[in-house]
Amino acid sequence: MKALVWHGKQDIRYDTVPDPEIEDGRDAIIKVTSCAICGSDLHLFHNLMPGMKPGDIVGHETMGEVVEVGKDNKALKKGDRIVVPFTIICGECHQCRKGNFSVCERTNRNKDLGDKVFGHATAGLFGYTHLTGGYSGGQAEYLRVPFADATHIKVPDSMTDEQALFLSDIFPTGWQAAVYCDIEPTDTVAVWGCGPVGQMTIRSAILLGAKQVIAIDRLPERLAMAAAAGAIPINFEEESVIERLNELTNGKGPEKCIDAVGMEAHATSSVDALYDRAKQMTMMETDRPHVLREMMYVCRPGGTLSIPGVYGGVLDKVPFGMVMNKGLTIRTGQTHVNRWADDLVRRIEEGQIDPSFVITHTTGLDEGPGMYRTFEHKQDDCIKVVLKP
Amino acid sequence: MEASTLATARPDKSLTLTDRMARNLGWFSIGLGIAELVAPGKVGRAVGLDGQENVLRAYGVREIGAGVGALSIDPAPFIWSRVAGDLLDLGTLAQGLKGQGEAKRNAAIAIGAVAAITLIDVAVALSLGKERARERGETRDYSDRSGFPSGAAKARGAGRPKEEKKIATRELEVTT
Ligand SMILES: NC(=O)c1ccc[n+]([C@@H]2O[C@H](COP(=O)([O-])OP(=O)(O)OC[C@H]3O[C@@H](n4cnc5c(N)ncnc54)[C@H](O)[C@@H]3O)[C@@H](O)[C@H]2O)c1
Ligand SMILES: [Zn+2]
Ligand SMILES: [Zn+2]
Repeated sequence: MKALVWHGKQDIRYDTVPDPEIEDGRDAIIKVTSCAICGSDLHLFHNLMPGMKPGDIVGHETMGEVVEVGKDNKALKKGDRIVVPFTIICGECHQCRKGNFSVCERTNRNKDLGDKVFGHATAGLFGYTHLTGGYSGGQAEYLRVPFADATHIKVPDSMTDEQALFLSDIFPTGWQAAVYCDIEPTDTVAVWGCGPVGQMTIRSAILLGAKQVIAIDRLPERLAMAAAAGAIPINFEEESVIERLNELTNGKGPEKCIDAVGMEAHATSSVDALYDRAKQMTMMETDRPHVLREMMYVCRPGGTLSIPGVYGGVLDKVPFGMVMNKGLTIRTGQTHVNRWADDLVRRIEEGQIDPSFVITHTTGLDEGPGMYRTFEHKQDDCIKVVLKP
Repeated sequence: MEASTLATARPDKSLTLTDRMARNLGWFSIGLGIAELVAPGKVGRAVGLDGQENVLRAYGVREIGAGVGALSIDPAPFIWSRVAGDLLDLGTLAQGLKGQGEAKRNAAIAIGAVAAITLIDVAVALSLGKERARERGETRDYSDRSGFPSGAAKARGAGRPKEEKKIATRELEVTT
């Protein structure tokens, strides 16, 4: 089959690879009908996540039709249309039963490695690093879904691929980020980053009734899309984020701050930006925590920092004293997709939201590697790419 | 929702010739830099700059810095810094032309080589700029993309459960 394969930094190719096969009774194989490129894929593209190997198939936002089912899998049958959550879950372990799916204790087959690096391994993830199991990803014609009897979201036929696909990751990710803020009707929610995750976060915070939602980025087209939902845009290249946020909250700062940027934050003309870049380049620091520093500084005492943005390793000069003394709550994590999925399917069906608004580019899988560049360089006003194998 | 495809096909490999050239220049820079650092005398004689060891050592540090940068995901500024370095090199090598015999001949050869590399550096830097420019492609209007089928105005709070104020702490009860 054809698939997008990681060969190294900024090097993804449309390659021919062996077809996946059923390896375990609980597996299923799907014929992929749609898949998407995520901001997390860019971290891999930039080789910032340890544990990638040349030859790895990438992609973790995928849906399709079941074409083969393992003998023990009673939940799925041939012909079922499913969205595949990016976190592989067993559905039975202690964490799965608590709803903490992204830290499922059984699905990471490189648990030893994960335990060493993170203290405790996370769940297996599709198309991600070998620290998270090294499972082949879904930017491919076919995908083997391990533990498929638990790892799936069934979607009604009335829903288009475009409406359903983002249940795999960015919609629940934005939703979880907003829910983690315990939004009250008097709250100001500030969202750093208006990429696909930020866009979903903004809509979730609005649906959950925040008084005002503020969207921070530097790309005018992304800010325009955020404003279309009713968010107040701040362009951090043109104005001071801290000053504007204080202005919009009578000098008190936003109660809830959400980092939808992650480890590759940009910063303009600030000393910490140069410092982080130099350290990251010389591999003395893995992440650039500019947004975290800004949030810790500006967040109202007693407030919450919700961090869906991905960080990989060690961060430098994080003002933890601010967090402690202002009594801030930090909530973060890879998304527990299946904790939210059924509820979100219902919300799409009821017409509360239509996640397809975020798609700006649709191409064949063969043009995927070029689309990584378009998405990376924010060319052609690209916000979200969907690939059709 | 309307999704669109650019008319031009996009490549099925993400790494371009320009990217590979930039990386080659990066490794070249590092190699030369190390040579200038550890054997400045030898390098100096080869390019007609006898006795300028300290200058060459400083240039070595500069080359290594530019080289590491050229290997990063954003090589353009570092390739431009190489261009500036090339010009500095040419200026320094020009002093060698004042020498005699073999030193003079070596300096002339080195100037030719550096001039050729300068041209490559400029070409790669320009091409990187072009390939990575934000302006590539169309400008689109997203002002109608609220994502809320019943409009942005009605959406605020529409997802809150009617009966109670707090939704968040209930998350663990949501089943799969
Ligand atoms: N927690 C999860 O399970 C999960 C799931 C999906 C994605 N993610 C992560 O979420 C993050 C965002 O993903 P995405 O797909 O939207 O990526 P993206 O790269 O498209 O978006 C990031 C946005 O942040 C903006 N930005 C950069 N620096 C900024 C700054 N200093 N202030 C404000 N905005 C800034 C960029 O301009 C860009 O628009 C990534 O780190 C991704 O890995 C996490
Ligand atoms: Zn993702
Ligand atoms: Zn589990």
